[in-house]
Amino acid sequence: MFRSYHARIKNPRLALAVGIAMAVLLQICGGWIDPYTTQIILFASINVILAVSLNLVMGETGQFSLCHAAFMAVGAYTSALLTGKALPVLFPHLSWTGASWASQLTFLPVLIVAGLIAAFAGLIVGGPSLRLRGDYLAMVTLGFGEIIRVLLQNANVVGGARGMEGILPATNLFWAVGAAFVTLYTMIALVRSTYGRGFLAVRDDEVAAAAMGINTTRFKVTAFVIGAFFAGVAGALYAHAVEFISPEGFNFLRSFEIIVMVILGGLGRPVGVAVAAILITLLNEGLRDLSQYRMVVYALIIILFMIFRPTESLAPYLARLVPQRFRKQSTSINA
Amino acid sequence: MSHSTPLLEVRNCTLGFGGIAALTDVSMTIREEELLGLIGPNGAGKTSLFNILTGVYKPTEGDILFDGRLIDGLPPHAINGLGMARTFQNIRLFGSLDVGMNVRTSFIAKLRNGLINTVRRGRSFHGEEKKILEEGRRLLAYFGLEEASAHPSRSLPYGDQRRLEIVRALAAKPRLLLLDEPAAGMNPTEKEELKRLIGKIRGEFGTAVLLVEHDMKVVMGICERLYVMDQGKMLATGTPAEIRANPKVIAAYLGESRGKEKE
Repeated sequence: MFRSYHARIKNPRLALAVGIAMAVLLQICGGWIDPYTTQIILFASINVILAVSLNLVMGETGQFSLCHAAFMAVGAYTSALLTGKALPVLFPHLSWTGASWASQLTFLPVLIVAGLIAAFAGLIVGGPSLRLRGDYLAMVTLGFGEIIRVLLQNANVVGGARGMEGILPATNLFWAVGAAFVTLYTMIALVRSTYGRGFLAVRDDEVAAAAMGINTTRFKVTAFVIGAFFAGVAGALYAHAVEFISPEGFNFLRSFEIIVMVILGGLGRPVGVAVAAILITLLNEGLRDLSQYRMVVYALIIILFMIFRPTESLAPYLARLVPQRFRKQSTSINA
Repeated sequence: MSHSTPLLEVRNCTLGFGGIAALTDVSMTIREEELLGLIGPNGAGKTSLFNILTGVYKPTEGDILFDGRLIDGLPPHAINGLGMARTFQNIRLFGSLDVGMNVRTSFIAKLRNGLINTVRRGRSFHGEEKKILEEGRRLLAYFGLEEASAHPSRSLPYGDQRRLEIVRALAAKPRLLLLDEPAAGMNPTEKEELKRLIGKIRGEFGTAVLLVEHDMKVVMGICERLYVMDQGKMLATGTPAEIRANPKVIAAYLGESRGKEKE
């Protein structure tokens, strides 16, 4: 997976401006788009945010994280509490419906707070656990994901296992598509810099990176926290798009779904990962009638992918998920 | 050359793994701008010494002072920040980065632009990137790797990969450069080139060099002073000529004739 530094975009700000303009345009033309298509675009954008942010952790920095959906849950619940309980109580005289000025104007700060709380959760998990490597990190993140889910199931403030309903439908095309472009811009701008190459150096060879003066733990935690921030934003967008959230919606399988997007998109390639996220969203819609077999389809896709694209660096990551006795031969990430 | 303040001082260091002592009471000094060799048979503890110097392991006993500062127990990246850089016995280049970027990884720790300014692409960002790019290019040009700058680091011939590792370590502007068996796997031509390269580093950059090497020709040819290790202990120190004549060193390398002792 080699990329020349000379291929970097000189000024990714232009791409960002085009993206935001597109989000505004979509919102203006929203009236002509039927509700079903609108919903698919919303889901696709949310999945792009999730996949591209996980890509920073898994693809660029090489840390296997199995709790991205948990950060999404943190963001979703935080934002739902803010718009459902906190804001209407603080400003009771304003109108709080999905499209009202009050909810639209406060939505940006809500998204940011949701992201920050998720980032804080990322710091708490990542700080101690990123000193671990590979398999151990995967286990800790898997455990954390389950802890969040069980906590939410038992917290009556947020409805326990029943979840929260009647969340403001504040997410619209502008917020979702705009946030997706901001995420994509951030990730690309970050990695295409000398600073950002530090993430790749950590992934390629931690020992050598440390010997070059790079604080590897700090880079890993930074990647984790940024990833968690955007997962939190995605969670907030999701909660205000579907108007209903429950702990089960953020379980391990949801994390796995995001991992599939990252792997299909080619670990470490933000644009490829974004495309994969859109394709998987469409695939989910196509498989709506066979939804209980969705995971079977995912597994098949990954197996086929491993067979036909064995040179990409995803093979060693996946090999870790396969029990030792089923492995053909052990592979190393820094082969 | 001032003999008063050594650049690096290893004081009676011991490193143990459970019951096994990898290093026993090892002491060593390196002066500014000195070209020093460290030799010894396989398993003598050369790499262990290297690892306690660079922060991979913490010595169980003893102190390490770099420029008068206690450094044992500091993590590797902090030690690099103080001005000690290293290369690896088995080449460890960053495979997904090009040749130029491999060299520029040395600048990452000293970047003025942090996360936020990098994403914002502020004016100081472009200025700093340009400066780093220029500096990396200058270093590569100086060591004859400029043309390969945009190539994948793994596509380089073996000798060039070793050279790139040295250039990458030098980019951090270290006061002490530790080279772990740089001549391993090189052919005679490459070895000659390496000797010239090490001489150049010393002359132009004013960097002290500690060279761990198996190849006697390389070590004897360029080092001013040598340390010899055997079985985790420091056996001898002196000029190449002194070392060559030292009976203890000869015994460690060729083995003593035990038969005579028994008689």
